[in-house]
This record gives sequence, C-alpha cells and structure tokens, in this order.
Amino acid sequence: MNNTDLVKQSLQKRYLKERMFKAMGFISIATAILFLLILLTDIIGKALPAFTQTNIALEVKLSADDLGINANSSESEIRNADYRKVIREALSRLFPEVTSRKDKRELYTLTSMGAEFQLRDAIMDNPQLIDTTQRIEFLADDDVAAVVKGAIDRNLPESDRRVKNQKLAWIESLETKGQINSTFNWQFFSNGDSREPEMAGIKGAILGSFFTLLVTLALSFPIAVAAAIYLEEFAPKNRFIDFIEININNLAAVPSIVFGLLGLAVFINFFNMPRSAPVVGGIVLSLMTLPTIIIASRSAIKAVPPSLREAALGLGASKMQSVFHHVLPAALPGILTGTIIGMAQALGETAPLLMIGMVAFIVDIPQTLVEPSTVLPIQVFLWADSPERGFLEKTSAAILVLLFFLVAMNAIAIYLRKKFEKKW
Amino acid sequence: MKTLKKITVVAGLIAASQIQAAGRDYISVVGSSTVYPFSTVVAERFGKSTSYKTPKIESTGTGGGMKLFCKGNGVDTADITNASRRIKDSELKMCHENGVTDVVEVLIGYDGIVVANDVNSHEFKLSRKDLFLALAKEIPTDKDGELIANPYTMWNEVNKDLPAVKIEVLGPPPTSGTRDAFVELAMEGGCKNFPWIKDTKDADKTKYKSICHTIREDGAYIEAGENDNLIIQKLQKNPDALGIFGFSFLDQNADLVKGALVDGSAPEFETIASGEYPVSRPLFFYVKKAHVAEIPGMKEFLNEFTSEKAMGEEGYLTDKGLIPLDQDKYIKVKEDVMNLKSLEL
Repeated sequence: MNNTDLVKQSLQKRYLKERMFKAMGFISIATAILFLLILLTDIIGKALPAFTQTNIALEVKLSADDLGINANSSESEIRNADYRKVIREALSRLFPEVTSRKDKRELYTLTSMGAEFQLRDAIMDNPQLIDTTQRIEFLADDDVAAVVKGAIDRNLPESDRRVKNQKLAWIESLETKGQINSTFNWQFFSNGDSREPEMAGIKGAILGSFFTLLVTLALSFPIAVAAAIYLEEFAPKNRFIDFIEININNLAAVPSIVFGLLGLAVFINFFNMPRSAPVVGGIVLSLMTLPTIIIASRSAIKAVPPSLREAALGLGASKMQSVFHHVLPAALPGILTGTIIGMAQALGETAPLLMIGMVAFIVDIPQTLVEPSTVLPIQVFLWADSPERGFLEKTSAAILVLLFFLVAMNAIAIYLRKKFEKKW
Repeated sequence: MKTLKKITVVAGLIAASQIQAAGRDYISVVGSSTVYPFSTVVAERFGKSTSYKTPKIESTGTGGGMKLFCKGNGVDTADITNASRRIKDSELKMCHENGVTDVVEVLIGYDGIVVANDVNSHEFKLSRKDLFLALAKEIPTDKDGELIANPYTMWNEVNKDLPAVKIEVLGPPPTSGTRDAFVELAMEGGCKNFPWIKDTKDADKTKYKSICHTIREDGAYIEAGENDNLIIQKLQKNPDALGIFGFSFLDQNADLVKGALVDGSAPEFETIASGEYPVSRPLFFYVKKAHVAEIPGMKEFLNEFTSEKAMGEEGYLTDKGLIPLDQDKYIKVKEDVMNLKSLEL
C-alpha cells in the first residue's frame, strides 16, 4: 500500500470529523441565538403593557366649599386641601347603588392613589378651575389597568380571579360608557420610583445612572489613559513595572463586590461621603473600570507601529511630542472602544452599589451628584422584588431600557472603531 | 483630540462643582426588608402631600439597619431603622455606647408568614408539629432524649392525614428575617410539643435551640433566595412544592397560590390580626430622638406613619398587607410616639 492509498483511506474519516466539528459549532451558535431569542421575546412580551397607561375619566365638581379653598387661597392652602373627597364623590355619583361602607371602600380603589395629587397639581397650575365641573382623566389603579390590558382573565371563576365580580362589573360599566381609555405611558419616562405600579417611572434611575457614569468617566478616563501611556511609552522595563502590570491585570478580574466593600470602608466610613450618592457610586465604579480601560488603551497604543514614533523622533520631535501628536491620535479609536465598553460594564453593575446604600427607595428625581439616587439595574432589582403584580411589567420594561442603553453604547463603540480604525 | 480634552475638563468641573459638604434635608431610613414595603408607601405619600422631600429608604435587613442606626448621632447616620423583630438588648447597648441614648420604639402592626402552594394543588392542613417534623434536621424518636436524622421524605409519613407528596419546601436563606421568624414561631412552636425538649430549654438553652432551630440540609428544604416573587413562580412550576413567604405576597397573588392552614386557622387578614394564626410577628421601627428636631419633617413623618389613615384598622397600609394593631394598642403607640417616649435599657 502506498502513501496515496493511505491518505485516501483516511480521507473520508477526516472529512467526517471536519463536518462534525462544523455541525457542532453551528449547533452551539444556534442554541445561543435560540436562548437569546426566547429571553428577548419573553422580556419584550412582558414589557409591552408597561408602555400603555389606563385612565378613568371622571366628572369632578370642584366646588369651593367641598375643597375649602377659593381662587384667592394661598399656595399652601391649595396644597393641603382634601382632593380625595371630590374624586370619591365623582365615583359615588357614577355608582349611586353602592352604599355599604365596605363596598364604598372597594369602589374608591378604582382610581390610583396618585389621583388626588393629579387633581391637586391641576388646580395649583390653574386655580381658575375652582368652582367648575371638569372632566379629568385620572390614573386607574393597577388592578383596573390589569383587567383592561387583559393581564387578568375576566372569564376565570371569581374565586381564582384577583379582581372580584363586583369590581369587574364597575370596570365594564365604565368601559361601556367610554370612560376608560388607554394612552402612551409618558409617566414611565418622567416619574421617579413609586410603590404604586401605575405611577412608577424610571427617570430617577436613568438620571442616577447618568450622574454615576459621569463621575466614573471623569475619573477613570484620564487616569487610565495616562497610566497606559506611561506604562507603554515611558516606563523603564524593570521588575517593579512588571509587578504593576501583573497587578493591573489581576485587578480586572477582582469580583466587583470587593470594590463595593472598599468604597464603604474608605469613602463612606473614612471620608464621610454621603451614602446612596452617585458621586460615591461613580468613584467605586471607576475603580472597577480603570483596569479595563488601562488594558484596552495599552493594547491600542502597542498596536501603533514603531515606525511612526521613529519617524517623529527622526524629524526632531521630543518623546512627548511623538506620543501626544502621533501615537495617541492613532491609538484613540481603540482607547475609546475600550472606554465605552468599560462604561457599559459599569452601567450594568449592581453588586458594588449594594454596599454603598444605592439600593434604596427614592422618589425624588436626583438633581446633583450628592443627592440620593439609584441606578437602572438596581431599579430592576427593586421592582422584581415588589409584591404588587403590576411591577412585573415595569421590571421587564426597565430591563428593556437598560438593554437599549447598553446596545446603544456598544453600537457607538463599534461605529468609532470602524470609522477611525487604520490598517497598518 | 481637543474636543476630547474639553469634554474631560467639563465633566471634571461639573463633578467637582457638585461635591460640597451637604447638610441633609431628607429623612434617611434603613432596615428590614419586611417593613420596607410599608415604610416606602408612607414615605411616598408624605413626600407627595407635604413640601418636605421624600424620605430615602434603604432595605438593609434588620440587623444591618441596627448597625447603621446605632453608629452614632449626626447627619451622616440614619434617622430611623425598620425592624421585623424587637431591638435586642445587645443592640440597644451598642446604641447607647455610641451616644444614641434616646431611641423611640414604634410598633406598627403584624406580619403573617404563610406556607403556601399552587392554587390548584393539594389542600394542606398543617400543624406546627408537622412543620417541625418535616423540616428539622434531627427529630426526636419515641424514646425521650434520643434524636435521629430526619427520615421523612413524604408528607403523609409525617402525619397520615396529609397528602402523599414529597416534602419539598422553598424558603428564605438564613440571612433573612422571615427565616428567623419562621424558625422561631413555627418550628420552635412545634418543637415544644415534645415535653423532654421543652424541659431542655431551661437546662441547656443552646441544645434546645439547636434542636428546634436547625433546618434540614438534605434537599427537602430548598433555599430559594430573598425574592418572594421567585418562590411564587417556582410554586406554579412545581405543584407539589410548598413555599414560605410573607403574607403580603399571598395577598397579592391569591389567584396563583393558596395558604396552608396552620393549627387549624387559615392565613387571613382577620386570623392574623386576632393572633389566631400562630405564625405572625410584630413589625417595628425605631427613631433617633436626637434627630427629630434636627432633620426637617421628622415629626410630620412620624405623624403621618402613625395616623389613623395609615396604620389604623382601615388605613392604606392594610391595603399593602400590613395587619393593623387593635384599637387599644394603637392608641397607646400613638401616644408614646407623640410624647417621643424613649426605650429603657
């Protein structure tokens, strides 16, 4: 038997192996995509109802006597008036047959707890409304919204249904009278957190994330780039520098919760910085992103061909001029990509922020870096943990918003790389 | 390059300009995750209906909250801590040592702990003794003073009246206050039914505790994390399993899960309020008296929390699953809060 025969004999086997390897690779990719699709459809399916808002239109008699205020009342008098009463009256007028105390209590839960504040704000904006009758659209309670959106099946037997027959009849009567409508849920993007699912919004968390990332970027970008330039271009090659390099690589692998503990011990307990503030969150996250950016920046600087440096030096540029005028601009796309990916990582980080008190219920929207705030992933965590069923859709919607920002940041990174990347 | 420099400088400036030594104009609350849902509701209403800022509420767990609360006086410490049990003597002592000498205790109501399963599954009529026998690591034999590793795998082996399904209970991990309360109220309650174990309580308290409080680790009790919604989802996937969580979650998910009867009483609003349902615990919050004058809105917040419309019998907290105090106790609590009566060591 000569060599050709030997090869021919084994040929089929080798082809088979190759085909099997390809097939396995394809299967693993397909499985990954399948899981991703299942996850995304599940989240999107659950999140969609969160973007509609259910309202109940009520004729409210804003009589000055009932409210105890008039057009000349001071702002604090208007603020403290009892608006709940007029809303309750409007509901009672619609369903005059409801008389017992218990049923009335049930009836008043049709509108959201926020309805009275909605009315208050409307009157504070325009005191002329006093002593008129207005048709105002009030936020519906989360249970009502669940029925209208179909999250609660009306055909279930009463014992298995969260909204009982009596309330269901009221809702259906309102529906036939055209007093229930659905609009796009702008409040979801303009409100802070709330314990009532229908009023909860994500603006506070978005701004908290923004402030936190601002601090992270302001601290980690300059420090990381400077460190990378020094280590690549200026540092002598000795054991001490090697030791630092190894440690930077190790730091990138440290679990993020460790940075949270560090932040608690150093910034909060030792420097007395405020708890729950984006500035502390940002500092902690910048400790976490520093190694990522340093490593990315170093490899970007390393990829710049030495000829560029030598040409600059040859024409009389100083070392610093060669680095800042020629090497750094050429390395910038890589550095930016690394930075954005590091920031995206910081955006999705929860664990270190647990330690520094950013897991908190915060209604007021943060305006500065020292006001208490929370961030997007923590908002997801808090809502997922709430007993009210209406938060299920909010959780998924918040995940979508978070995913949107992550994808957008990664897209920018890819765009920058494609646009500025040079082939040497 | 230049724009980049500018951006960095501007970002740095914005950051620097905003860090200033800040006095605090909002109330800071820490503590139990069980009280958190009630505290947050009051805080939100308080923030919306007054001109004060909305209090910030952190969910740190009862023990963690006590540490933060007792760290000292001053704006960088918490004003209020929530607790799903009474403050311990050791904690109050720690408070006193750190200068927090005046602490006001507020009892807000009760919380029931329920054992529930999928709504279409078996009816469970449990006793605390059944729960102890099914979940303890070691159980007593017929002979006094003898313990064996828990041999039971089916509920009907524990008690022949129970359904013939595998013992599988999803519950909170040891870090949770719910777990502490469950162990103390349900397991210990069942454990005490054995006279000789009850006798060891006085003789050897550590031994008594280790018998009554240790949950089995052979897979029958599954630690499902602190997220009660997750437990409810898992119960639907596995109709044979039981889950342990707070009453408010049963209340909100009555179409998905049903509570088991414990010692003949169902976990309902009325039975927990009357104390008939055995597995229920008091909920508290503690106020730093020194901060009442210092932090704006403290007095008003206390007023709102203890008002009839919040924690009264038909208050809005009951809509969120809080079991209210009876009228006499309520009046007493309200009075103590108004007078800011301090706890004695």
